[in-house]
Amino acid sequence: MPDAEIPIRVTVNGVEYAETVPARMLLSDFLRHRLRLTGTHVGCEHGVCGACTVLVDGRPARSCLTFAVQVDGAELRTIEGLAGEDGLHPVQQAFHEAHGMQCGFCTPGFVMSVTDLLERNPHPSDEEVLDCLSGSLCRCTGYASIVEAVRLAEKKMAEAGHGA
Amino acid sequence: MKPALFEYHAPERLEEALALMGDDERDVRAIAGGQSLVPMMNFRLATPEVLVDLRRIPELATLEVGADGSLTIGAGVRQQDVLDDARVAATWPLLAAAISHIGHPQIRSRGTVCGSLAHHDPHGELPAAATVLDARMTVNGPDGERSIDAADFFVSYYEVALEFGELLTAVTFPAPAPGTGWGFCELTRRHGDFALAGAAATLRRDGDGAADPRIVVFGVGDRPLRMTEAEAALAGAAVDEAALEAVREAVAGAVEPVTDIHASAEYRTELAAHLAAEAVNDAWERTDA
Amino acid sequence: MAREKYVGRSVPRVEDERLLRGEGAYVDDLHPAGCVEMAVLRSPHAHARIVSIDVEAARNAPGVHAVYTGAEAAAELKTITFDIAGMIPDTVRENIDVTNRVNPIPVLAHDRVVYVGQAVAVVVADDRYLAEDALELIDVEYEPLPAVVDPEAALAPDAPRVEAEWDSNVAITLRYSRGDADDAFAKAAHVVSETFRSHRQIASPIETRGTVALFDPDGNLRLWSSTQTPHQLRDFLVKFFDLSPDRVRVKAADVGGGFGPKGALYPEDLLCVHLARRIGRPVKWIEDRSEHFVATAHGREQLHRIELAADEDGRLLAVRDEIVHDAGAYNMLGLVVPHNSLSHLTGPYRVPSLEVSMQVVLTNTPVTAPYRGAGRPEAVFAMERAMDRLARTVGIDPGELRARNVIPAEELPYRTGIVYRDGKPQEFDSGDWPALLEGARKAAEDRPWREESTPERAIGIGYAAYTEGTGVGPFESAKAELVDGGRIRISTGSSPQGQSHRTTFAQIAADTLDVDMSVIEIVGGDTGAVHTGFGTYASRSAVVGGHAVVEAAEKLREQILLAAAGLLDREPAELELSDGAIRPAGGGDVLLPLAAVAGALTPYNPGRPAGMPARLSAEAHHRPKTVTWAAGVHAAVVAVDTRTGEVEILRYVVAHDCGRPLNPMIVDGQTRGGVMQGIGGALYEEIVYDESGQLRNGSFMDYLLPTVAEAPDIEMVHVDVPSPLNRLGIKGIGEGGAIGPGAAIANAVEDALRDRGVVIRSGPLSPSRVRDLLRDAARQPA
Repeated sequence: MPDAEIPIRVTVNGVEYAETVPARMLLSDFLRHRLRLTGTHVGCEHGVCGACTVLVDGRPARSCLTFAVQVDGAELRTIEGLAGEDGLHPVQQAFHEAHGMQCGFCTPGFVMSVTDLLERNPHPSDEEVLDCLSGSLCRCTGYASIVEAVRLAEKKMAEAGHGA
Repeated sequence: MKPALFEYHAPERLEEALALMGDDERDVRAIAGGQSLVPMMNFRLATPEVLVDLRRIPELATLEVGADGSLTIGAGVRQQDVLDDARVAATWPLLAAAISHIGHPQIRSRGTVCGSLAHHDPHGELPAAATVLDARMTVNGPDGERSIDAADFFVSYYEVALEFGELLTAVTFPAPAPGTGWGFCELTRRHGDFALAGAAATLRRDGDGAADPRIVVFGVGDRPLRMTEAEAALAGAAVDEAALEAVREAVAGAVEPVTDIHASAEYRTELAAHLAAEAVNDAWERTDA
Repeated sequence: MAREKYVGRSVPRVEDERLLRGEGAYVDDLHPAGCVEMAVLRSPHAHARIVSIDVEAARNAPGVHAVYTGAEAAAELKTITFDIAGMIPDTVRENIDVTNRVNPIPVLAHDRVVYVGQAVAVVVADDRYLAEDALELIDVEYEPLPAVVDPEAALAPDAPRVEAEWDSNVAITLRYSRGDADDAFAKAAHVVSETFRSHRQIASPIETRGTVALFDPDGNLRLWSSTQTPHQLRDFLVKFFDLSPDRVRVKAADVGGGFGPKGALYPEDLLCVHLARRIGRPVKWIEDRSEHFVATAHGREQLHRIELAADEDGRLLAVRDEIVHDAGAYNMLGLVVPHNSLSHLTGPYRVPSLEVSMQVVLTNTPVTAPYRGAGRPEAVFAMERAMDRLARTVGIDPGELRARNVIPAEELPYRTGIVYRDGKPQEFDSGDWPALLEGARKAAEDRPWREESTPERAIGIGYAAYTEGTGVGPFESAKAELVDGGRIRISTGSSPQGQSHRTTFAQIAADTLDVDMSVIEIVGGDTGAVHTGFGTYASRSAVVGGHAVVEAAEKLREQILLAAAGLLDREPAELELSDGAIRPAGGGDVLLPLAAVAGALTPYNPGRPAGMPARLSAEAHHRPKTVTWAAGVHAAVVAVDTRTGEVEILRYVVAHDCGRPLNPMIVDGQTRGGVMQGIGGALYEEIVYDESGQLRNGSFMDYLLPTVAEAPDIEMVHVDVPSPLNRLGIKGIGEGGAIGPGAAIANAVEDALRDRGVVIRSGPLSPSRVRDLLRDAARQPA
């Protein structure tokens, strides 16, 4: 049946959820409207702007191009799960210090992509940074401060012993 | 832009998936990475009634080098995994180069190699890479398993040689001949875009001349195009400026692209010629003398 | 102890933490209990008669609460007309010959549709998925009519009429002249005559539009919207629906970018309100990206036939310009954008004689509205391209030509003879434009770029100089309150979409009151927090909003001193508010912390000063006399690959006068963002319509926004000359970055290809266009 609800179990930021969802519900809508985790934003729903980027089983994914049912059994990380008890994640802190955001709408997508990049590749080349960042669009900053934020985050994470 | 309703299945065995794909009363599509399919579903340009998710089928997760030295990539394997594999970088560098041009890491970490091949956007990198590398498609369907050469697989825009009920389950890249040089070039308006045009080339060096040249251009027709005249101009000759000019002329004469909002037909023609020569030159410089 | 001033320092932003944590509240993040969602059926034709519409199947679809059509809207709702569309100050009328007619906008198309994307019907359902399902069940029969898409084609006498009852497609005509242009052209040593086209673009904030409308149990209307102008939206709703202003509260949610188009009001906002009332449930409409391309205002489309007359040395004698401006299907905002093109056309140059005629035409396309620059980028493109053509004709360096024509600082203030659209004479109040030009030239030409050209990689330099009237009125409001705990809340009519008001206004207020910034809370965009306001666009908020903050803070301080005096049994003149507390006038130890003043005013306190309110609050409305003039010179150095047509920006410089930076980090960020939008338009972005009015690139796959990989280093050179027109000496900075790039990059590319006969008349300069230009030039006889 096309409108059947399908049970899924998904862990988001360490919390396990059991929900039943329509097959066609996009992961972006599942996170935002079912789980009320509205930090992940929707900018285009065709996989170009990157605002909806989350981490699925340790890889970046565009949640607008993923059905919730496809992540049954998966572990997700979203922007809400980044900050710890002692404050913002180094990537978040770096975006703040480098003035890497203005309206803030694209920011969660960038932050999740950058977090993934630096966790798997603590000292990326300029090319690797551009390749990662070019998967997200920003209309406010002109990008220079976002690149600065990445390098600042790299330093912070190295000092704190984060990453691989 | 929300997709239309569909029935969803995530079978754990290939036979189940094929049985679902054999439904002749409903529009059934397979989904692996979804990076090409889901945007179309969100626009309601694609409205499958049944979606068969391949993610749970273990035999589709193959990424292995066979005894004959060929590389087999199952339908569930992500582009990024192929890109990250040291064996691919070492032995199939053209394939790695092609994948590295696909979109962005966020696309490659979900998108699959076979999905991209079966989707067949002729501006895409993978159909061209498969064609120049003489890949073989493994296809499973109601009549069992069969093999299709890349040269016969890509039919037209978004159309491949799969019959009703068939699924592309793997692609195999043969082991390249020792000393083969390669080249892969494309031009995009922005980093990560589909190519305005592109070229892929392989060849060996035989004495002073090129041997077994294979040249494919893409983005200038409804499928990747083998440039047989350009190849003929090269065979046996040294790849010098005169040879490259002959390649350019042959390519320019062989392609008939259309004008669209991104580029004129004239531009795509000259660009394909230019890039084909570059790819050939790169391949020549990469051959082992 | 003297506190270090905040204004002028790159104070880190107050806004960031909650946004970084994902705790922003953008309009789609809001979902009041019982909220239902609206989806819009849009016309697939650029021009057609609606023959019939059948919504029965849609009404009965799962989860549907209502379906609403143009016929019902025509019967129940007014049409949309904005006061500003017809507003032309008398002084402006005396300055220009102007005709203006406004065609009202229907909330939903009824008899006819006039652009692809026009709203025809709406469905309200439990969620957006179900609403879109129901849309597909609506059956509309259209009778297609001939459409006109090109603005010049719209001028032809036999062109299809966008407004059936009009005798032409011309909505506005405008003529201005000063001096004697005919005489100047007759005598000129050099004349340049060209046609330049600024092409259509769409601002594309990463967040699309959206609105949530709710009637509370007491019948008050609450509206949240991704808007730049909540107070204007409130005012319009009050008039449109005959509501009492006290019973309508409009709040701008966190807004994910505005750039102009979110400063307008749209049919969907009205439909949310109307249907919320009818259905009895909150109604939410969130625009998707596909809709955004056809439903949100476009910008930038203008054609110029421009002529320059100059003496032997290249000094301008006269400029003539015939402009065609594309309004889209409706004359929505009157002179707002077109007049900006007039008043910014000649930029910082002395031009003794000027003749401008403009026609604003309707076409079967979505409406155009201000987009970052709002008529300035269009005009600057034409003028700065023409200046480069003139430099070529005269045979001098384009930077040198400009140096010979910019008005020197000693001649400011300088009246041009044009009356600005606020009704006041256009008077450049301050600036050192020669220094701006020199700063840009020095930074850009720090090496012999042109000598590094090769046949395959041609290098060129291009400039774009502009002035920018900023801080336009009529007013901005601020209300300052001393709240519990001694904190100070300042609510403004300014409404941010990334401009960092919560930081910069707090800097201003903290300096004004001599308190720590952490004590200040800035609240923007809420008609419930301050009753009047105008909104954020047109580079006005720092200037007009900022001074409303100063004035409100000063009034609050007077009240604080009065209250403290009452509590301490002294005269206010014996006290001062300094370093965060009440102290003796002239300095000294704390007499009263602000928290104590706030707490002591409660009616429960028998010792409270007589006659004082329980909460101190002061309102100010700052009315600027007129705009204050910012300016800039952009310089682009490009390398053109002559075989592939690719354009690489090697260096980009912005020399800029912002009067006095409130926060240098934010000035640079805003400018760089604007420059990237300008680069987008120069090289990548173009809205493309086919002849029948179908949009050919209605998604991010084909409308190409630049990514980080396309961003050059942008070097800033600051030549700030404080404005004498306001106390803080500031000028607006929001738009300057977007004004220059189109012209600067086109100039640079043409400069690179100067020996090949290429003339650049429009953008974007895609690789294919560049190659096509090269090929065509090569085919011309020498």
